[in-house]
Order: sequence, then structure tokens, then C-alpha cells
Amino acid sequence: MKDEKDYNRDIAEIRSMMERSSKFMSLTGWAGIMAGVYALAGAFIAWKVFDFNPDQIQYTGSGSNSGFLNVFLLAGLVLVLAVGTAIFDSYLKSKKRGEKAWNAISRKLLTNISAPLLVGGILILILISNGLTGLVIPLTLIFYGLALYNAGNFTYSVVKTLGIVQMTLGLISCYFIEYELLIWAVGFGLVHIVYGIYMHYKYER
Amino acid sequence: MKISISGLHKAFDSRIRLGIVSILAVNEWIDFNSLKEYLDVTDGNLASHLKALEKEEFISVEKSFIGKKPNTKYSLTKAGRKAFVDHLIALEELIKTQK
Repeated sequence: MKDEKDYNRDIAEIRSMMERSSKFMSLTGWAGIMAGVYALAGAFIAWKVFDFNPDQIQYTGSGSNSGFLNVFLLAGLVLVLAVGTAIFDSYLKSKKRGEKAWNAISRKLLTNISAPLLVGGILILILISNGLTGLVIPLTLIFYGLALYNAGNFTYSVVKTLGIVQMTLGLISCYFIEYELLIWAVGFGLVHIVYGIYMHYKYER
Repeated sequence: MKISISGLHKAFDSRIRLGIVSILAVNEWIDFNSLKEYLDVTDGNLASHLKALEKEEFISVEKSFIGKKPNTKYSLTKAGRKAFVDHLIALEELIKTQK
């Protein structure tokens, strides 16, 4: 006959296996904080250096076309830095937990976020080519929020809340186009930093 | 029936078999290699535990190929899910009475 400790260990094993095989637990708060910092820096540079501050749907910028291209490249850089930090941090955390970062559940997570991100990305390119540049910022928030909302099913459920916040900000910025850069900085910058700090204190200490 | 007096199913005596069924309880299906990663066991060890569960008809097996590589998927049967739930209830009762 097994003793109580054994039964408790059985329960612990069941819980751990259910969790590990259904949720990706290697996301880090630190990656969220860094993503927020990159976004704030990016938004600031776009506004101050490239004089980018869309105030209507058909925003042409203050002068040259190259200004818009610069902002586009800047946004790409922010994205690469944020995603790169997230992947690298998750890789380190998985290693520490003795798991592989690229496993059945992280594959599931990625397939589920790729649909909204891909559709959103293509839509944004179409809008840019049609001169509807003022809608780009709200749509990045909305589609990113949708992706996070999906991702919440396969990782910490707070990610779902993060998604709802981003979608809401996206809709608000769609209505108040003249404040969209500021709202974008709040969503991708401030909200990420708050989320990162919350994750860090809740799960990593 | 292979159920002990306490209501615990013999098939779940092994923590690895318990782990396999726990994983399948929350996943529609899972392949051999993913199982191996989660449970951190050797091929042979895992295969023998899977065979035992298959014999009880707790899991069903679907063999296919991805290119030339064999890809075996496992899923929980109705009987398997019921046995697992019963086992959980029995565990709960045992812990309760011991307190």
C-alpha cells in the first residue's frame, strides 16, 4: 500500500503533465518589459526624428515619401528586436526548466498566432499601397490583440487579457486617429511593460 | 477487473503510465516523440508502457508516415478517460481519508 506522500506525488505528476503538455510556460516577463522599451523608443524616434504623427486616414506625412519608408523600417526593427528577445528568453527559460523550447505546445502556440498576424500583415500592406496609412497603427494593435487572445489558450491566461487590452486600444485609436501614435505607444510600450512586471513578480521570483 | 480495494486502477500504478494518460486527457492526440520529451524516458521504456495501455484499450494508436519517417499518434479512448477520472476520484478520496 502506498502512503499519503505517494498519492500526493501522483497528483503532482498528473497536474504537471497536464500543464506542461497543454500550456507553454516559458514566456518571460523580462521579454515583455523589453518589448515595451523597444516600442517606446521606436514611437519616440518616429515622432521626434521622422516627424511621424498621423492625424487622418489618408496620412501623407509632413513632406517626403522617404519619411514613411524610414518609419516602416523602424517598425520592422522594433518588431525584430521584440520577437528576438522573446524567443531568446523563452529558449533560456525552457533550458532552465529542462524542456525543449520547440515542442508540441510551442508549435501549437505559433500556428494559432500566425493566422491573425499573417492576415493583419497582408491587410496592412494592402492599405499602405492604397494610401490608407492612417489605419496602419490601429490595425497593428487590433490584429496583435487577436493573436494574443488566441495565444492565451496555450500559455498563461493573462496573455488573453493582454490581447483584450490591445484590441480595445486598437479600436479607440481607430476612432481617435489623431492620437493613434500616442495610443500605440501606450499599447505596445506601457501595457507591455506593465504586463512584463506583473509576469516577473507573479511567476519568476 | 484489475482494480485494487482502494479503487485505484492497476494500470496507473506506474507514474509513467499515469503521465501518459494525464497528457492525453488534455490533448486530442500526441505523437510518440512529444510524449518521450515530456516524460523524459527511453524509446523502449515508453513503448512498453504504451503497449500496456493499448492492451487495456485505454489508448488508441494511429500509425502514419511523414515522408519516410513513421509518425505514431496516440489518443485517449472513452474507456481510458473514464478509468482516469475514476482513478482521480479514488486518489482524492484516499488523500481525504488519510488526513
